Amino acid sequence: MIKVDDIHKSFGDEEILKGISTVFDKGKTNLIIGQSGSGKTVMLKCLLGLFKPEKGRIYYEDTAIQDMNDEQQRQLREQIGMLFQGGALFDSMNIEENVMFPLRMFTKQKKSEMLDRVNEVLSRVNLENVNKKYPAEISGGMQKRVSIARAIVNRPKYLFCDEPNSGLDPKTATLIDNLIQEITHEFDMTTVVVTHDMNSVMEIGEKVVLLKHGKLVWQGTNKEIFKTDNEDVVNFVYSSDLFKKIKEAQLKEG
Amino acid sequence: MKYLKDIGSYFLMIKRVFGSYTKRSVLRELIFKELDDLIIDSMPIVAFISFFVGGVVAIQTALNMDNPLIPESLIGYASRQSVILEFSPTFISIIMAGKVGSFITSSIGSMRVTEQIDALEVMGINSLNYLVFPKIVALMFYPFVIAISMFLGIMGGWVAGVYGGFTSSSAFVEGLQESFIPYHLTYAFIKTVVFAFILATVPSWQGYYMKGGALEVGKASTNSFVWTSVLIILSNYILTQLLLS
Repeated sequence: MIKVDDIHKSFGDEEILKGISTVFDKGKTNLIIGQSGSGKTVMLKCLLGLFKPEKGRIYYEDTAIQDMNDEQQRQLREQIGMLFQGGALFDSMNIEENVMFPLRMFTKQKKSEMLDRVNEVLSRVNLENVNKKYPAEISGGMQKRVSIARAIVNRPKYLFCDEPNSGLDPKTATLIDNLIQEITHEFDMTTVVVTHDMNSVMEIGEKVVLLKHGKLVWQGTNKEIFKTDNEDVVNFVYSSDLFKKIKEAQLKEG
Repeated sequence: MKYLKDIGSYFLMIKRVFGSYTKRSVLRELIFKELDDLIIDSMPIVAFISFFVGGVVAIQTALNMDNPLIPESLIGYASRQSVILEFSPTFISIIMAGKVGSFITSSIGSMRVTEQIDALEVMGINSLNYLVFPKIVALMFYPFVIAISMFLGIMGGWVAGVYGGFTSSSAFVEGLQESFIPYHLTYAFIKTVVFAFILATVPSWQGYYMKGGALEVGKASTNSFVWTSVLIILSNYILTQLLLS
């Protein structure tokens, strides 16, 4: 569980996050949605400790990240898996070395044990026979799956995903979404996904948090999102042509 | 004001490089990789340039000796002094700022653009120690490169002088031994160690703190060459004042 309590973050004179409070539940895929510039990525980077909020606290279980010393923060980060927008695989390493990287850095396992674990997670994300290939030699969708494999190889308690299906075709995007949800349930992780993709919201949004101009304007589940009268939610959801047409069709049917 | 901020950020980076250390076995591998990339891969170009510039120094000295009272041994003497005092430590370092400096900036800059550095940080790894410390250690072997450059530069001078018919081998060797001050080698290697530190850290700083995309990686590489060269020339002047005056 991650609890966010009244966080504020500014860059220069511009306040990006204006007092956000929410809870990201364990064992669920929690989505942060909002238009570009709403503060989603800044919030994610605050959760990760890459940005320090000027005000407010972020709790991992019962301990605030602000109260942790350097060693505690380092230990916390070992429990975090991150899927970056572009995959962020290390170009100089092959797929096997990329996935093995967290194990080499943080465990004292033998190489054969690490290899077994690497093959296990690669097959979990449906990738086989790619161990010796380099990131530039595989497709964008495969890179995302390798990145998921690297994120979960050290059995993290928390998984963060920054726009995991950007730049992917709809079918692959759905595959990645489903994979994230399956892994979240399987390993009972707290997963936080930043996205502006409504398909992802509908597929995996067990908890959805909508940001607008740095403020939290709505939170609920993907099932509730179509029932709410909240103006910001309506504006966000029906800015998509597809959902606008679905809404019109629903209205016609009465 | 911006320069002051940049200088501050450079020294903060140095402090963080020597902060929390990467796992020793990983660090050892990284150091060997950097030794290969930065030192071994630079040897062919350093050898080529040193040999031919040494030859040119000998020929130019010979061609400017129009007074018959000047001994032939001056060719060997001039080659030795030019190569040991300036050419090998300083000018090879400027060439290395182009070759090694651009490589360091573009590789770290590309990692910044593609979020690979963020990935390291999120995993709880001190990315500056992981990326920059192995480069500093590898470049501490740079004096060996310069020693080879000195040898090949003088060798080039001997080949050009003897086989070009400007001097005899014995006169050249006599010139090499004439008024030799061993401290000049110490001075040259002290300079080399300082230049090696600049070569490892200034391009790393340029790459690590760059912002933007692929175009900015190119710009950062250019800036890296300019600033590394400027700092090498300035520190060369200061060290010469301190060590030889």
